[in-house]
Order: sequence, then structure tokens, then C-alpha cells
Amino acid sequence: MGINWSEFFVTGDPLILASQIAIVLTSVGAVAALTYFKKWKWLWKDWLTTVDHKKIGILYILVGILMFFRGGVDGLMMRAQTSVPENTFLDAQHYNEVFTTHGVVMILFVAMPLLIGVMNFVVPLQIGARDVAFPQLNALSFWLTFSGAMLFNISFVIGGSPDAGWTSYFPLAGKEFSPGIGNNFYAVALQIAGAGTLMSGINFVVTILKMRIKGMTMLKMPMFTWTSFITSIIIVASFPIFTVALALMTFDRIFGTHFFTISGGGMDMLWANLFWLWGHPEVYIVVLPAFGILSEVISTFARKTLYGYKSMVISITLIAVLSMLVWVHHFFTMGNSSAANSFFSITTMMIAIPTGVKVFNWLFTMRKGRIKFTTAMLWALAFVPNFVIGGVTGVMLAMAAADYQYHNTLFLVAHFHYVLIPGVVFPLFAAFYYWWPKMFGYILNEKIGKWHFWLFTIGFNLTFMPMFFLGLDGAVRRAYTYSEETGFGPLMLTSAIGAIILAAGFAVLVYNIYWSARYADRNISNDPWDARTLEWATASPVQHYNFAVLPEVKSLDAFWHMKKNNEIKTLNEDEIEEIHMPSNTWIPFYMGNVFLVAGFFLVFEWTIAAAIASIGIFAGLIFRSFDYDEGFHVHKDEIIKTESSWRNVGKGVKNHVS
Amino acid sequence: MSAKIDTALPLEYQTEQNRMNILGFWIFLGAEIVLFATLFGVYGVLGHRHAGGPMQQDLFIIKDVMIQTMLLLTSSFTMGIAIFEMRRHQLKGMLVWLVITLLLGGGFLYMEIQEFTHYVHQGATMQTSAFLSSFFVLLGTHGLHVTLGIGWAVLLIIQLLQRGLTPVTARKTFIIGLYWHFLDVVWIFIFTFVYLAGLVS
Repeated sequence: MGINWSEFFVTGDPLILASQIAIVLTSVGAVAALTYFKKWKWLWKDWLTTVDHKKIGILYILVGILMFFRGGVDGLMMRAQTSVPENTFLDAQHYNEVFTTHGVVMILFVAMPLLIGVMNFVVPLQIGARDVAFPQLNALSFWLTFSGAMLFNISFVIGGSPDAGWTSYFPLAGKEFSPGIGNNFYAVALQIAGAGTLMSGINFVVTILKMRIKGMTMLKMPMFTWTSFITSIIIVASFPIFTVALALMTFDRIFGTHFFTISGGGMDMLWANLFWLWGHPEVYIVVLPAFGILSEVISTFARKTLYGYKSMVISITLIAVLSMLVWVHHFFTMGNSSAANSFFSITTMMIAIPTGVKVFNWLFTMRKGRIKFTTAMLWALAFVPNFVIGGVTGVMLAMAAADYQYHNTLFLVAHFHYVLIPGVVFPLFAAFYYWWPKMFGYILNEKIGKWHFWLFTIGFNLTFMPMFFLGLDGAVRRAYTYSEETGFGPLMLTSAIGAIILAAGFAVLVYNIYWSARYADRNISNDPWDARTLEWATASPVQHYNFAVLPEVKSLDAFWHMKKNNEIKTLNEDEIEEIHMPSNTWIPFYMGNVFLVAGFFLVFEWTIAAAIASIGIFAGLIFRSFDYDEGFHVHKDEIIKTESSWRNVGKGVKNHVS
Repeated sequence: MSAKIDTALPLEYQTEQNRMNILGFWIFLGAEIVLFATLFGVYGVLGHRHAGGPMQQDLFIIKDVMIQTMLLLTSSFTMGIAIFEMRRHQLKGMLVWLVITLLLGGGFLYMEIQEFTHYVHQGATMQTSAFLSSFFVLLGTHGLHVTLGIGWAVLLIIQLLQRGLTPVTARKTFIIGLYWHFLDVVWIFIFTFVYLAGLVS
């Protein structure tokens, strides 16, 4: 327990000191505001103890946006540091920490929570269910993700940030070369968040298999539900590998074992293999639901059924299988046999085939469609060319021999940003604009949305396009500075300017949320986009039991056909029955907190304190085991009252898209 | 989510929530298979890296491992009888067989802890070599699962005593049965690929 208390708080850097002060002020401000407005009870009842999949989805999205801000500031700091040669804004150590946390935060605490948030909100509505299969487990998933994110984020003010890259390769990430506790934050925080994600995966597999509405066969499911299903399967198949890898890392760092060390017979390449055995499927975990979002948005705004539905399903299934067979392409240059490199080269290139099928399907969906250029649709349209650039450079990188030139250069950095930003962030923005009215009952301002769109896409291209050329000229990634003679200066400066525009785009989104929350028209219909799937058949914002009477599905795009065939029934009060719903519970919130405390102790290698704190975990489990809460019933009167407040009041005719 | 009860089915399958819980647990077991497969993979890679420390042949005592194996295999059998009694709605028989299962599981655990202490006294700790790191973590993960299973089953026995056989308690018992058999299957792989293969190599 030899902790050096003088190093407990990170000191000596004005940027970090400012953050520490800001954190304290924000916390005090939040507590004061909640007390002043008497909102504690509301916070507890409506959010902290909720098991409603819609609220949990919104909580995930909130965490994702906050973390986007954090990861974005890291990115801006990197671009600022490299904007001119020999810059001294950040030193080498600080730069290492910033690119490490940028990567981890963006993948695990931005992309994942945002996508799982959208899945949470949308999937049960699309399949006509009233919640997920295990509502309490769903809340636990969220609170574990949240406490993982918080634990990871406090690292930069308490104890020091991890600094071995988001891949944390050994031997660098081991105790020998990273003696501080920074990398413990990586191992423990991601373990906690990963457990939450695994539970989400199981939850959604069961939800989609067992809770689909009458008539909705697997091949009548909306495409977003399909991609969420396949994503959940990949989660179940790949996250346990990460669990093991992180556990072994923890053992190596805290208990002195020899899994990845150089001494004692350990093998550092074992970490690289385990990490990417999870890490590559992880790429598809974030990109597949995003593909599902695009399918919904494109089909809605092209006003056509998705082209090649079955080939889409086959493609995502193939992508899921192939995603498990390509991991070695992340380290072609790290001493594999040429036979192994050839095999993984070919499997990697094969992924381009189903992905290409999907791109052509989207294009054919739009062909001869009457496209409406809403903000959501603009994101989907911008996705296609930008993502193709990312995909094609991916095929270039897949050639093992050529990869010896590209490896570890900014060319690679440009490639994966061209995959992940158009492939995940653009669709997520599309999802915000598309499903926002369903979540909150008002539309995000379309005009401000277009500012957001143009600033972000232009800024994105300006930031990352130069990196392709810088990389080909030999600029290596993760280098905190470069000399003037390299000639990288002008393109690096261009990239930094692009990053500012990109950040301005994000700021416009935040402003749009603020503006729309205050001024947007609340008098919108439950179906403002004239959409096609079941979530649009119920109220906006959705009432807590989702559907008063469960509809029956006969075809793909069920709601669209109901509208076309005038099958939307007015509410018949005799058909309404009491609805059984799950009760709120404090256990998931409590569990998130004890995991946070126990994890914090483990990070500081106070193993006895961590063991004592984990008694709290078992207490929660035992309490849950004896909890026989049966949920509650929503009464008929309440349902009739809620339903008549949104049906037949003249809102249903107003269409906000022209 | 409706509480419709289909009495034509076995008790644990009678409600939709129960059917979902059981399916969910099967999928969780799928994740567990991936977890143990990874640990076996790690052992496969590191198992022959002794770093000058003791080797498999120096440590393993086949007689003790054989007894452990018999205890755990028998406990899987008695767990099966407990579920059989549950299907016959024999609460008392079920409880008796559950307790026997736990005693056998406890015996297994006792022997495993003895084995580990013995190794440590011989100077074979998880810090000694990559082989021993992977050995202790693979076996330890299995042992931890057995420990948690015993604790979980004790909670369940209390609930069975409090509430008797209901669809909910029956489902819980059925699920822990699945879990117990799964641990048995994992042990068969440990016995084969760690102990037997280690002794003949």
C-alpha cells in the first residue's frame, strides 16, 4: 500500500489545475441547483432508479455526448500541439496521455454508449415490445458503463492518466515500463464498463429473439433491429476475450504474474492477439448498428422500402463472421509468418465484399426515390462518399506487403477516422435528428442542423484528408512533435484548422439542442417524417408503456403499410387491458457506485480496501436474489387518459417535412 | 411481460419471463465458453514456458486430481437428480440432493485449495513463471465459479425453504443446474488438457 500521497492529485500543469477547479465548481453547482429547484426526488425517481428502456437509452446518450466533449478536447489538444513544428504546448508525456485517453474515450465511452443508447430507445419500440427482456439488468448495464466511464475520467486529475495508447501494447503497458498507476485505470475501468456491455448484449439477443410482436418474423424485422441483433451476438462472442485480456493485464500489473512480461516466460504478443481478437469485432460492434440507422433513415427519406433487404441481412451476418477472422491485420509488421499475413490479408479484403453490397443497396434504395433533404438524410448522404474513402484506404492497408509502408503512420490514422467518423458519428447524428422527436416530442431545428452538418463535414475532411498525404510522406502517428525540415508544417496546420471547424460543428449541435429544447414547436404529430416502422405508431414522446394495444404486423415496413391501407385503428376502449410493467429499483445504481469505489481502490493497488468494498457488491447481489418484486399494473383509466391526450387532437395531421 | 401461466409445461418454463431468463442464461453460458476458451488458449500458449521453474510433472499428483474429478462429476449427477425431483414436485427430495451437491462441490473446493497451498509451499506461485501464471488463473477462475455457485445455491435453498416450489424458484434452481453442469464440462477440459496432457508431455 505504499502510496505516495503527494502524487495522489496530479499537480503542476495549469491545464489540469483548471480542470480540477472546473470539476469542483461544476459538482458544487449541480448539487446546489438540484437542491434549489428541489429536484432530488425527481432525479432519484425518474432517472437514477429507472428501468424504462427509453430513459436508460437517453441516459446512455447523455453520457455519450458528455464524453464526446471530453474526447473532443483531447483531439483538439493534439491538433493544437502538432499545428506547428517544435511546438511546446504539450510535453511528450502529456501528449502520450492525451492520445491514449482520446482513443479509449471515443471508442468505449462515446461510440458504445451512444449506439447502445439508440438501441435501447429504438429496438423495443421497433419490435412492438414494452421493455427489454431484463429491465433491471439493463439498468445495471448502464450504471456499470457509467461508473467505468467516471473511473476512467478521474484518472487525469487523480493518480495520472494511462499513457500507453488505446491499444496498451505490452511490454510498454506493463509495470516495468509504465510503473505509475495510470494503466491500472485502463485495466479496471474498461473491465467494469465491459461487464455492462456484455450484459447489454445478452439482453438484446433475448429481447429480439423472444419479444417481437405478433406477425413479425425474423425477416420482417426493421433493419436497425437486425443490425442490433447481430451486434449483440458479436458482443457476446467477443467481450469475454477482452474481459480475460484486461484481467490478465491487471494480474500482471498488480499481482506480479507473467502473462505479457518479458521476464518469466511471458509473451508480449499474446496481449496484441487477445486485444485485437476483441478489438476488431469491436469495430463492427460500433459500425453495424450505425449501418442499421442509415438503413432506416435512407429508406424513410427516399420514401422507398430498403433495397435488397435479404442481401443486407446476409451481408451483416457475413461481416459478423469475418470480423472474428481478421485481427492479425492490426500487426502485420510484428513478426508473423508470411502465410499468416497472407491469410489475414485475404480475409480482410473479403470484408469489403459484404460492405460493398450494403453501400450499393443504399444507393439503389435512393434510386428513383423522392428524396427529402432533411438534416438526418444529409448525414446519410454524406456517409456514402466519405465512408468509401475510409473503406478503400482500408483495402490498401489490408495488403500486408504494402502495410509495411503505411503501418504506424498518419495514413492509418486518417483511414480509421474516415471509417469511424462517417461510419459511426455521421449515422449517430442522423439518429439524433431522426429519433429526437420520438424521444422528446419536438424536432431539432433543421436550419441550425444544416449549419451543424456543413461545419462538421467540411471540418472533418479538412482535418483528416491531409493526414493521408502526411502519412505517405512518412509522418508517424503518436509523435508529439516534428522538425521544420520534415516539411509537415503546412498540412499539419491545415489539419488543426479543420479540427477547429469540426469542433465548431459540434458546438452548433449543442446549441441546437439548447435552442430546440427552449423554442421548438411542441405541436408535432407522432409521425413527423412519414416514417415506416412501428416506433412511429405511438405517441411522441413515447408513453412509459410504449403501446396501449399491441399492433399486429403483416409485412416489412409495417407502419407504412398500415398507413397506406388505412389500417390504423382508432382506439377502442374495450380492447384496452391492464398493462404489466417492471418496478423501479435502486440496486443497479447502488451496484454502479460500489463498483466505482472497489475499482478505485484496485486502481491504487489497495487490495485489502478493494476486497472490503467488494463485500458491497455481494451485498447487492444477495439483496437482488431475495427481491421478488413482481412489477405493477397500469390501470385502464390511466391508459385511456394518456391515449386520448395524444390521439385525435388534430396533431396527427400536421406534417413537418415538406 | 404478461403473467400468463402455461401449466402444460414444466414448472420452470411456465411463464414467458421464465422462458426468457432461461434463454438469457444459455446465452450467458455462451459468453462463459468464450471466456474459458480464451483462458485455455492462454494456457496453451504459455503452458510450456516454465522459465526455469517447476514443470507440470514436478507438481501434479494424479491421485488427488482424480478424487477432485470424481467429486465434481458426482456432484453434477446429484444436481441432475435434484432437478429430476423438482420436475416431480418433490421439494424435500430436491433439497436433499441439492445439499449433497453442495457438499460434493465443497469437497472439490477444499481439495483444490489444498492443492494450491501445496504448490505454493513448494515454491510454485503464480509469480514464478508464465506456465504457473496461466495455470493458477485458469484453475482459479474455475474455482471461483464453483465458489460463487455454492454461495448462490445456498441463497436459493433459503428461498426454496421460504417459498416452496413456485415457477420463480423452480426457474432459479433450473438455471443454477445449468451453471453447475457447465462448470463440470469446463473441469473435464481442465482435467484433460491441463492435468493429463501435462503429465504425459
